[in-house]
Amino acid sequence: MFEPEMETMPLKELKELQLERLKATVKYCYENVPFYRKKFKEAQLSPSDIRSLDDLAKIPFTVKDDLRDHYPYGILAKPLKEVVRFHSSSGTTGIPTVVGYTKKDISTWARIMARGLATAGVTSEDIVQVAYGYGLFTGGLGFHYGCEELGAATIPAGGGITPTKRQIQIMKDMHSTVLCCTPSYALYLAEEAKKEGIDPENDFSLRIGIFGAEPWSEATRKKIEAALNLRAHDVYGLSEIWGPGVGMECEERAGLHIWADHFIMEVIDPETGEVLEPGEKGELVFTTLTRDAMPLLRYRSRDISVVEEDSCACGRTHPRMLRILGRSDDMLIIRGVNVFPSQVEHVLMRIPGIGDHYQIIVDRDILDVLRVKVEVTPEVFSDKLAELEALRRRVEEELAAVLNVRAKVELVEPGTIPRTPGKAQRVVDLRKGKI
Amino acid sequence: MVVEQVSVFVENKPGRLSKVTEILGEAGINIRALSIAELGEFGVIRLIVDKPHEAKAVLTNSGFTVGVNKVLAIEMGDEPGSLAKIASALGDAGVNIDYAYAFIARAKEKAVLIARVDDIKKAEEVLSREGIRLLEADELQSI
Ligand SMILES: [Zn+2]
Repeated sequence: MFEPEMETMPLKELKELQLERLKATVKYCYENVPFYRKKFKEAQLSPSDIRSLDDLAKIPFTVKDDLRDHYPYGILAKPLKEVVRFHSSSGTTGIPTVVGYTKKDISTWARIMARGLATAGVTSEDIVQVAYGYGLFTGGLGFHYGCEELGAATIPAGGGITPTKRQIQIMKDMHSTVLCCTPSYALYLAEEAKKEGIDPENDFSLRIGIFGAEPWSEATRKKIEAALNLRAHDVYGLSEIWGPGVGMECEERAGLHIWADHFIMEVIDPETGEVLEPGEKGELVFTTLTRDAMPLLRYRSRDISVVEEDSCACGRTHPRMLRILGRSDDMLIIRGVNVFPSQVEHVLMRIPGIGDHYQIIVDRDILDVLRVKVEVTPEVFSDKLAELEALRRRVEEELAAVLNVRAKVELVEPGTIPRTPGKAQRVVDLRKGKI
Repeated sequence: MVVEQVSVFVENKPGRLSKVTEILGEAGINIRALSIAELGEFGVIRLIVDKPHEAKAVLTNSGFTVGVNKVLAIEMGDEPGSLAKIASALGDAGVNIDYAYAFIARAKEKAVLIARVDDIKKAEEVLSREGIRLLEADELQSI
């Protein structure tokens, strides 16, 4: 462990630490961010009203639109002269969100990332290939600083800038032992390496993979592990908070530890805003406890998951969140039924030979039409049309059973669904602008 | 005797067939027979070529999903009813024809029926008992 005393602190003590830090954060926000002062006044709330962790529920939520409304610098708690870095995410609506970091933030983040990397089993002996994008996106630099803090040899391979062929060459020649990138890019790398005749067991030295920034499934984990001969870990983060590192899977891989000395995680009913009990499925809400330039109170992540507080076999006491089940933003409403793209992925991954590359297309005829494009691999190909049609129908039936809405499955040639090094464009919604 | 057939998955959109034949042509592979089967938005191109495994390799390298499987190349007499004779011989023996397509061997002025059946061994026995000739792979190459 990177910080064993903190990582194994009894839950009760952790909660005492959280309360102490929460009180300080609330006061800090109230005194330094007009946006929060206004929110508190509107809610007729004073920082001194926050006396227990339960009192947190009295504080109004912060949502992504609040950040957009105060674009670019309106939520900073520190003057610009103390800010040393900005990251920004564009989102789909056009107005970006800007997140500022002081020197202290950068070093705290590096510590959090280093703790997370160690939690996944990375050590200073490792050679880490960071194939997340470097730039406005937090992935590349977040991992980079964490790896250096841990003392690992860091290769800033930068997905999206460094071509895939070069990534493969680096992995082979420089004997990278850890790969960090999006799960879809890991699959793509594996596919390209295979095309080049590379045998991951003999040609690569990978032992650990840390994959995040987009939802993925257990089945994808198995595929990546088999294809790249490594142990795959899930990582969680939010660009509005710091970036990657908010949560990391330990060797038990029974959920991601969320670092309670840095964050308070709540689960709420996304409709009513009511706080739910551990074990109940809902939207994750985060309050930062150690953020300097841009503390956030009760920030709604839009991510749907379940939180477990029981002890973990790894010895860490920090609560765990299970794999993200969906994003309330990604939720598609098809003929009145809520559909998460991750549900489609789960179904496809169950069917051998299918699922690495798929695309969901939503269109509107008179009613909404859900189409799922699936690439035909040699594994499922048949020279008999009837067998291909049976496969197509089987996918349709399994999707209908899980989604409760009919999807039209289309078999397409391999390579026709676009591959991207960043977040895969799994969903295309053509309904926009149509009545 | 069985013959190896190359089959290629294609989306039902213009230019796919010419793309496949172009790739084979560039690789110096000769097409002896070809059939296309479509169902809605996808289809399968089936090919009898002189070098099936090379064909599979070049098409796979071009990004296609390709299979190679065994089919029968049955010589059809030019007398009327020869197709019916083949079909009933196989049918009576309980052999299913998954699909079939015919082509004319120009040099020999003979028709050849390519048939995909569910029981090749049995089909071979039945046809030879009926005096129907199966063509060898190299025989197909010379036509
Ligand atoms: Zn653990």
